[in-house]
Amino acid sequence: MSRYIAQRLIESVIVLFVMSFVIYALIGLMPGDPVDLMVSANPRATAEDAARLRALYGLDRPIGERYLAWLGAAVQGDLGYSRLHSRPVLEVLWPRLGNTAALMGISFVLAILLALPCGIVAALRPRTGTDTSINLIAFAGISVPPFWLAILLIILFAVVLGWLPAGGMPPRGAGLGAQAAFLALPVATLTIVTVGGIVRFVRAAMIEALRQDYVRTAWAKGLAERQVVLGHVLRNAMIPVVTILALNFGALFSGALITETMFGYLGMGKTIYDAILGNDFNLALVGLLLATATTLLANLAADLCYTWLDPRITYK
Amino acid sequence: MTGERRYGQATAPATGAAPPRTLRGLLWRRFLEHRVAVGSLVALAVLALLALAAPIVEGALGLDATRVDLLAVKLPPSAAHPLGTDELGRDLLLRLLYGGQISLLVGLTAALGAALIGTAIGLLAGYYGGAPDALLMRLTDGVIALPILPLLIVLAAVDLSKLGLPDSLVTSENASLYRIVGLIALVGWTTVARLVRGATLATKAREFVRAAEALGAGHARIMLVHILPNVVSPVIVATTLSIGNIILLESVLSFLGLGIQPPVPSWGNMLTNAQELIWDAPVLAIYPGLLIFVTVIAFNFLGDGLQDALDPRAIKG
Repeated sequence: MSRYIAQRLIESVIVLFVMSFVIYALIGLMPGDPVDLMVSANPRATAEDAARLRALYGLDRPIGERYLAWLGAAVQGDLGYSRLHSRPVLEVLWPRLGNTAALMGISFVLAILLALPCGIVAALRPRTGTDTSINLIAFAGISVPPFWLAILLIILFAVVLGWLPAGGMPPRGAGLGAQAAFLALPVATLTIVTVGGIVRFVRAAMIEALRQDYVRTAWAKGLAERQVVLGHVLRNAMIPVVTILALNFGALFSGALITETMFGYLGMGKTIYDAILGNDFNLALVGLLLATATTLLANLAADLCYTWLDPRITYK
Repeated sequence: MTGERRYGQATAPATGAAPPRTLRGLLWRRFLEHRVAVGSLVALAVLALLALAAPIVEGALGLDATRVDLLAVKLPPSAAHPLGTDELGRDLLLRLLYGGQISLLVGLTAALGAALIGTAIGLLAGYYGGAPDALLMRLTDGVIALPILPLLIVLAAVDLSKLGLPDSLVTSENASLYRIVGLIALVGWTTVARLVRGATLATKAREFVRAAEALGAGHARIMLVHILPNVVSPVIVATTLSIGNIILLESVLSFLGLGIQPPVPSWGNMLTNAQELIWDAPVLAIYPGLLIFVTVIAFNFLGDGLQDALDPRAIKG
């Protein structure tokens, strides 16, 4: 077991290194480079100055060499400065990582709490009005453009009703109520776009589990519906659901990026988006790598959940 | 009939007219049973026809879809402008129709491209097995695991002229269109690859493939003539289901300013300024999103119906 974990961790680290190079190379291909930005800020700079600056910062060297230099500094903890924020990259990212964790965590838990009962009820009564309505709502959640949903919620709750702020972050030292008011619309958006997919996975997994022989046995020996559904069906249906949930972490992060951008919520997604558009190369690079690393860890966690949920699965 | 049972009871057989004689007839009838999917197909056909008819509508109204008129911005609906005008005084209805052309075109072509890549990778991995299979499937797992949207934003921001592409291509008006189709196809193939690999593994072991091998057919012939036709139905289902997702992704990227570039309209980029407009012209923020929503949900229902028709054993999910 521990050998398996170690092997998966090593694999994840390798993927992360590959991705770091890919992202580094891609960011080098974005329009402009740091020297262009300096030169455009200084009208007296000449082409020779630009060339000298490029040589000074090593921007004239091949990409592989530059990447290794960046990597060497990065493993020693020097991830560079953010151009937009004029602060070390990690200092910018840490608080925003927390904000994103709050947004994603609350939305994810809410989505699961809503999806489990809906998916279970739909699976227990397939082809009924209840099932059809749950299915329609789930499809609507999957199909709604997240940024448009955010606009609709803003129109309704901020413009028409005026109950909630249209976006932004709570002021420093705000009470719990104020913080909740600022979180309400972003959390609602992310929950709605996440919940539909989970409902459909739960329903499909439950229907598959309901067909199994041991479920018929459970009915035959006279167990109550509650015991059969919770003890025999749900436990087995959770195995595929957990995988899907962890694999969906990347999608959840994508949803968070849109939500944060729409509501001006200072999280990782908005930070990465602003950094890419604002030519903040260091911040974009580290932000993207953090997002990738977290996603890889979520996938690893899903694999480990298997053994906990299903003792039949063992890893060498 | 999807073979779904409640607590192990057999479902009653479907009653109806005499069974159709051909496989196609059978599939069609199974599809027609899924009323929501049929309705979606009709809705999509109507939408596509309307989008294609944009030039005709333009002529009938006597308007120019691209004409900016700063003296007639955010007008309410009238005889001259059936849905009113946008923040630059352009006719909203015409912009929606032309935007629909782009959004549907991107959805269909990118889905097709992704399906081609996925089918090729799945076929090769499933047929050859061993190291190629392990490598291709690790690649697939890797792409599935990545946070796609931030990476697409980086890819969309890449300066193509730094890649050495010819200027004529980079600066052409349709460059953003080609780029977005290419990008989405590049990340969207994973589901199809996995399905095709699975179906290829199952088909490879069947007698007619062994017979073809014994008759001396080459690898390419076995893959294309004997295996491909047998893995096509999961590809059709997965591709239909992916169109909705692709249209969503295109709209998100265009909305963020990284997809289809103005003045070419797409439903996504028509909403780019929506956040400022919600205070004085909320309809401008509602119509394009509503069309995206309706189109995406219709493609998802259609895919669901096709899945029921083509794969009766599949569990709906």
